[in-house]
Amino acid sequence: MVSRAERGLIADWWFTVDKLLLAAFLTLIFGGIILSLAASPAVAERIGIADSYYFVKRQAFFAGPAVFVLLAMSFMDPRQIRRFALVFFGVCVLLLIATLFVGPEVKGARRWLNLGGMSVQPSEFVKPVFVVLCGFLLAETQKRPDMPGRIFSALLLGIVMSLLIAQPDFGQTMLVSLTWAALLFLSGMSWLLIIGLGGVGAVGILFAYTEIPHVKGRIDRFLNPDSGDTFQVDTAIESFVRGGWWGQGPGEGTVKRILPDSHTDFIFAVAAEEFGLVLCIGLVAVFAFTVLRGFGHATRENDGFVRLATAGLVILFGLQSCINMAVNLHLMPAKGMTLPFISYGGSSLVAMAMSMGMLLALTRRRPEQTRFVQPIEFEAFPARA
Amino acid sequence: MASSFRLSFTKPGTRKDAAEALPRSAALRRRDAGDTTRNRLVIAMVAFVAVYGTIAGRLVQFGLSTPADAVALGSAQSAIAASRPDIVDRNGQILATDIKTASLYAEPRRIVDPDEATELLATVFPDLGTDAVRQKLASKAGFVWLKREITAGQQEAVHKLGLPGVGFLTESRRFYPSGRSVGYVVGHTNVDNQGIAGIEKYVDDQWLGDLHQLGFAMTPNLEPVKLSLDLSVQHVLHDELSSAMEKYTALAAAGIVMNVKTGEIVGLSSLPDYDPNNPVEALQPDRMNRITASVFEMGSTFKLFATAMALDSGKVKMTDSFDASVPLRVGGFTINDFHGKHRVLTVPEIFIYSSNIGTGREALKVGQQGQQEFLKRMGLMDKPPTELPEVAGPILPKRWSDLVTITVSFGHGISVSPLATAMAASAVMNGGHLIPPTFFPRSEDEARLKAKRVLSPQTSEEMRYLMRLNALKGSGSRANIPGYRVGGKTGTAEKVVNGRYSSNKRFNAFLASFPIDDPQYLVLIVIDEPNPEKPGMAATSGLNAAPTAGNVISRIAPMLGVMPRFDEVDLPLLASY
Repeated sequence: MVSRAERGLIADWWFTVDKLLLAAFLTLIFGGIILSLAASPAVAERIGIADSYYFVKRQAFFAGPAVFVLLAMSFMDPRQIRRFALVFFGVCVLLLIATLFVGPEVKGARRWLNLGGMSVQPSEFVKPVFVVLCGFLLAETQKRPDMPGRIFSALLLGIVMSLLIAQPDFGQTMLVSLTWAALLFLSGMSWLLIIGLGGVGAVGILFAYTEIPHVKGRIDRFLNPDSGDTFQVDTAIESFVRGGWWGQGPGEGTVKRILPDSHTDFIFAVAAEEFGLVLCIGLVAVFAFTVLRGFGHATRENDGFVRLATAGLVILFGLQSCINMAVNLHLMPAKGMTLPFISYGGSSLVAMAMSMGMLLALTRRRPEQTRFVQPIEFEAFPARA
Repeated sequence: MASSFRLSFTKPGTRKDAAEALPRSAALRRRDAGDTTRNRLVIAMVAFVAVYGTIAGRLVQFGLSTPADAVALGSAQSAIAASRPDIVDRNGQILATDIKTASLYAEPRRIVDPDEATELLATVFPDLGTDAVRQKLASKAGFVWLKREITAGQQEAVHKLGLPGVGFLTESRRFYPSGRSVGYVVGHTNVDNQGIAGIEKYVDDQWLGDLHQLGFAMTPNLEPVKLSLDLSVQHVLHDELSSAMEKYTALAAAGIVMNVKTGEIVGLSSLPDYDPNNPVEALQPDRMNRITASVFEMGSTFKLFATAMALDSGKVKMTDSFDASVPLRVGGFTINDFHGKHRVLTVPEIFIYSSNIGTGREALKVGQQGQQEFLKRMGLMDKPPTELPEVAGPILPKRWSDLVTITVSFGHGISVSPLATAMAASAVMNGGHLIPPTFFPRSEDEARLKAKRVLSPQTSEEMRYLMRLNALKGSGSRANIPGYRVGGKTGTAEKVVNGRYSSNKRFNAFLASFPIDDPQYLVLIVIDEPNPEKPGMAATSGLNAAPTAGNVISRIAPMLGVMPRFDEVDLPLLASY
């Protein structure tokens, strides 16, 4: 075991990192391998890959780099994170631009880039560094109101959004802009501006509803299931119901054979059918725990940048998990979104590891930080009344 | 410093106080910004808690609901899980029982590739390779039957196909070990194990149907249903009727054995018959229970009732004589005798020579009113009250006249079922008690409670004498089995073909009872359109129905425990007339 007397790199890390968050991430990574064992052989068979465990093997293979990235990132300090974000954001933007020109077209979108024999999805990587950069800009504005951090962050958002829409990838666009809006909100934007921003968002959604046919179709089908083909969502719901509390048992699921994207967007439904709702509720609990613990760190944080960057990463993670699970459960219109760490996808897994590695780095206990949290004083309430 | 780290909504006053107390500085503004962020982080946390809570709530909601296809599957399972009680004969021999078979179903919503599934299923069941099946499997239905009641081999073959969304349910299938020999009595069930004919239907109508509806008939420990039938008698009857049908190349042959003291039906068979294990046979037009569901002009066997009526009315005595030397002319019709003696005949002579003229004159003496009243009393004007669902009512003359009175007296112009004939004849034999026939065991005491006196014991005794006399000296001699004191009456009716009586198409009947000194059983054999056994022979009842009844009696009497007696001074009564 590592001794507390040591002041080495590893020892420092071990005593300052949030071990519960780390445990949650490792749980999710290995849980993802187990669940891909359930969901992806059926997909491999369906799309005609000879090795039915192809996706499982790839997921397991990417788990190695993912854990490495997660740990490596968590060794950084906030200053290094900030620099990394800045540099990596530039790299990602270049890669995103490259995607549009040299990326292969898959299902009508150019999202992938072939780097050294590996397919990489730069949009997965740009999200966390964008959020960290925005956290930095908005924190600077909090410190020095004359600094136009909001406008810079809006410019960055504009760059990212336009590159994502050009792919096109509306899901990521939505996720990034929602996270950005949440950061603005957290950074102390006045309620009037927030309402205005909300209005812009509402107009945007209305515009998308009226002008983009497939958005209209999805919303219509959500509000009135009879208005169109709801096969995917119906099938997903059936697999939840069929699974029951304890599931049909590993390998016993059948809905996964007919459910499109069962290894990515709908892995939650597959998990429910085979392993039961209790496991699903456990999964929800892990996500909720991560998000709340991340927010907890943010509230106790003194440094504005760390506070906002932490919150931003947590929101990104939380929103993505909520949207995925809500779509699976037919609580919102269908939107393709992966479940962090669990859904199949190498880029998504490594990028999420990078993102949560940064979160671990930002939430480490730092000696230079004065931490004092006074308990909430409830006796203040009657005094006020 | 401390206050600035507090969640400010807990102490709104603090910041205000601080703002008043301290000059505005950059440091304070920074702490202000931090406080705002903290407040809003709490709002964000609450929002996330709400969303995750909703997701968890939704999961719990799914956990509490039942799958729709499980409902369909469950209802299908419970629909077919219905057990039926065994049906046994009076000695406990099994006539009908449940066996377990597998049935093939599909859940189309879970079928991955309907085309592949259809093709693979067709390798086991070629008749499932149709477009209709393909469409069924491609539908979004939760549950469809593919094939009911498949064999174990077929089940294994389908299982090995490894098709998702295709499964088996165990269901009860009815099996009748005795097959066709009990067909018309026990009846049969449909594919859902519901009784649709015979006693099976009766049991459903009485109580089993309600039990199934309520879902309480699952337990296979239902009490067996015991019938009055005797499987051995049933086999004899079936066997003798089969050989009679073959021997006389008849259209049909049917027989009933009834306990005259209790009304229990001990044997009932009708040919051509069907195998209840393969009920589609029952759909052929010539398959019907001719004992209960058909009505016939019974012919001369009806003279039993005319004679009993005449004697019971008191207007005719055994010692009376009637002129049968000339045909009887009524309303432009001439009634003649088949074996005319052309002389005055006594009442016993009229009976044993089966004189139409004599019987007609006896009936005229009773009159139209008396005859109708008598037939009503004997239950011949109504549907016989019994348990079997397939029971026909009589076809009665539309208007009653003297001519009708005469024809009815010798069994023409009125059509009744053989069952009704047997019921009324039992009353004539058993001392005058009309007992509703039953297919369930009944003791003599129970029968007495249900019985209705319709004739005087005196009349019954005289009729027994006449029956025995006919078997000894008249047309029924071929049914006189030594030792069993058989009494019987033949009937050879001409059948109506295209509205006219045909001279070569006959409906023959023989009504026998034994032992005649204290009748226990009644045997009624009917043969539809018999041909002469050998060319040149006649085809009257005495030559086909009577020997068939004789064969039956010689085989069943020992089974039924009727003691033969060879010491008899036959017919102690004979001397007195």
